[in-house]
Amino acid sequence: MSTLEIKGLHVSVITEEGAKEILRGVDLTINSGETHAIMGPNGSGKSTLAYSIAGHPKYTITSGSVTLDGVDVLEMTVDERAKAGLFLAMQYPVEVPGVSVSNFLRTAVTAIRGEAPKVRTWVGEVKEAMSALSMDPAFSERNVNEGFSGGEKKRHEILQMELLKPKIAILDETDSGLDVDALRIVSEGVNRVKENQDLGIMLITHYTRILRYIKPDFVHVFAGGRIVEEGGPELATKLEENGYAEYATA
Amino acid sequence: MSLATSTNYMVPTGREEPWRFTPLNRLAGLHETSVELHDRISLEPADIPAGVVITVEDAVALPPISTNDDHIIRRVRDGVSKVLLVTIEKDAEIALPIFLIRSMLDMTPEISRVQVNAGTNSHATLVIENSGEGVLAEEIEFNLAPGANLRFVTLQEWSARAVHVARHHAIIGKDATFTSYVVSIGGSVVRISPTVEYTGPGSNAELFGLYFATDGQHLEHRVHVEHSVPGARSRVNYKGALNGNSAHTVWIGDVFIKAAAQGTDTYELNRNLLLSHGARADSVPNLEIETGDIVGAGHASTTGRFDDEQLFYLMSRGIPSEQARRLVIRGFFSDIVSKLKLEGIEERIMNRIDSELSVVKI
Repeated sequence: MSTLEIKGLHVSVITEEGAKEILRGVDLTINSGETHAIMGPNGSGKSTLAYSIAGHPKYTITSGSVTLDGVDVLEMTVDERAKAGLFLAMQYPVEVPGVSVSNFLRTAVTAIRGEAPKVRTWVGEVKEAMSALSMDPAFSERNVNEGFSGGEKKRHEILQMELLKPKIAILDETDSGLDVDALRIVSEGVNRVKENQDLGIMLITHYTRILRYIKPDFVHVFAGGRIVEEGGPELATKLEENGYAEYATA
Repeated sequence: MSLATSTNYMVPTGREEPWRFTPLNRLAGLHETSVELHDRISLEPADIPAGVVITVEDAVALPPISTNDDHIIRRVRDGVSKVLLVTIEKDAEIALPIFLIRSMLDMTPEISRVQVNAGTNSHATLVIENSGEGVLAEEIEFNLAPGANLRFVTLQEWSARAVHVARHHAIIGKDATFTSYVVSIGGSVVRISPTVEYTGPGSNAELFGLYFATDGQHLEHRVHVEHSVPGARSRVNYKGALNGNSAHTVWIGDVFIKAAAQGTDTYELNRNLLLSHGARADSVPNLEIETGDIVGAGHASTTGRFDDEQLFYLMSRGIPSEQARRLVIRGFFSDIVSKLKLEGIEERIMNRIDSELSVVKI
């Protein structure tokens, strides 16, 4: 059982006009096995929350804390956070030319597990995980995210999540750019990992569409850099009907 | 052993276009007529497969087969008494690479001339490895008979003080293909001019280069492709990384398409990756076209900094920063290195790249 605890998190970015505060006091606790949907309008700071937790250097934490099982996450380097059990599925996964998916996956898994996976079992493990996400085996010889379609990028993110076995995963707009079939495949992947690995999930999304496939236990409405309303799955239904208009001034 | 006599050619001052990037004061006198250049055969054959004959010929009996306007190469031509001749027999299909090793030089300025004759319809790979100390001026001429296919790989893994000025000139016959890989990693100053001319249609040149300059190194590559016959093809792809204070690389890509060269197909590319401040990459593509009747002609040159988003992505998957940097740099060079298909050499180059990377923190 793991717990990600975010308390009073304030985050700024440096812009041409100076420091600009994006997150204004975020409080959120996610336990293993729980799915928390973070929903909000564009520009509300949802992605900033995701990247701040993962440790992107662009974001400066000005106050507050983030802990995983009581250990200070903000003191960790980016790779240490991943090793501690955090995973960020990115909205825009980065291309790494000349680095094959298979080399990348093996390197990442070796780093996370602390030892190289055994060749014989590893090949089967990757094959099985790829097959479950309806990915062509030839995919592993391609360069990381280079020339991938939107759907391929997102499947590749979930493939990594499945192999790296995090405790808490942050899915940043994983539904964006996916057609219905890809959305279903990716969602099934997320549900499978959650079930098998007792994963805690922070599911960041603008739309309620993905919530038909990944059922949230909690819904948090994000506006103006903080959580403005919280509830159960019924809150998503309300958002679907009314949109974010009532939070616009929050 | 004999000594080169001085000539009255114009000694470069550094103001001439071909010399404006080169630090003449670090050439250990290779360009100065007052400095004597030792004349000896410095390459040692390591593996000579069947179908190849290597001999030492009198320079008088084996004069240069191309015209040259480079001052230092003129000194080589004037100074050498012997030429190393590599003859690849007609129709020879040689799977194993021909290795020539140069590793026993000292800091005495010396000269070398090599001629490689690739016979009609022969297939071969020649590898020349340079390592250790040395102050060397050399000319290698390649003569590809019709239908010949020659791969030439040269590794500059010199020690930190070495100085190396070279001209690699290929004369490519009808339907022949010359592929070169120039890998320059070591040395204080390396200045290599890979140049190409064609004598018949269907001839093809693929010129690849990989260089990695660290603190204070000057690595210069001056590619010159002359399309003067119809129906020839050229591809140039040079990639470089720079890491450390006053690391300097120069890439010149001259491609000339003469009026007679209808149906020419050419593309040249240079990419540079700056890994630290204080490094400088000069990149000068130059395409001159005297006929519009061509298949294609293009060039591209980019010089950029390390992409922090790539680093973040890899680190967010648990990969430590040093290892993530190595992955990205290996990836940058992989399209060239993976083409080598030489057992042991690919990994050796990648390992050298890793060690260059760790010289200075990015």
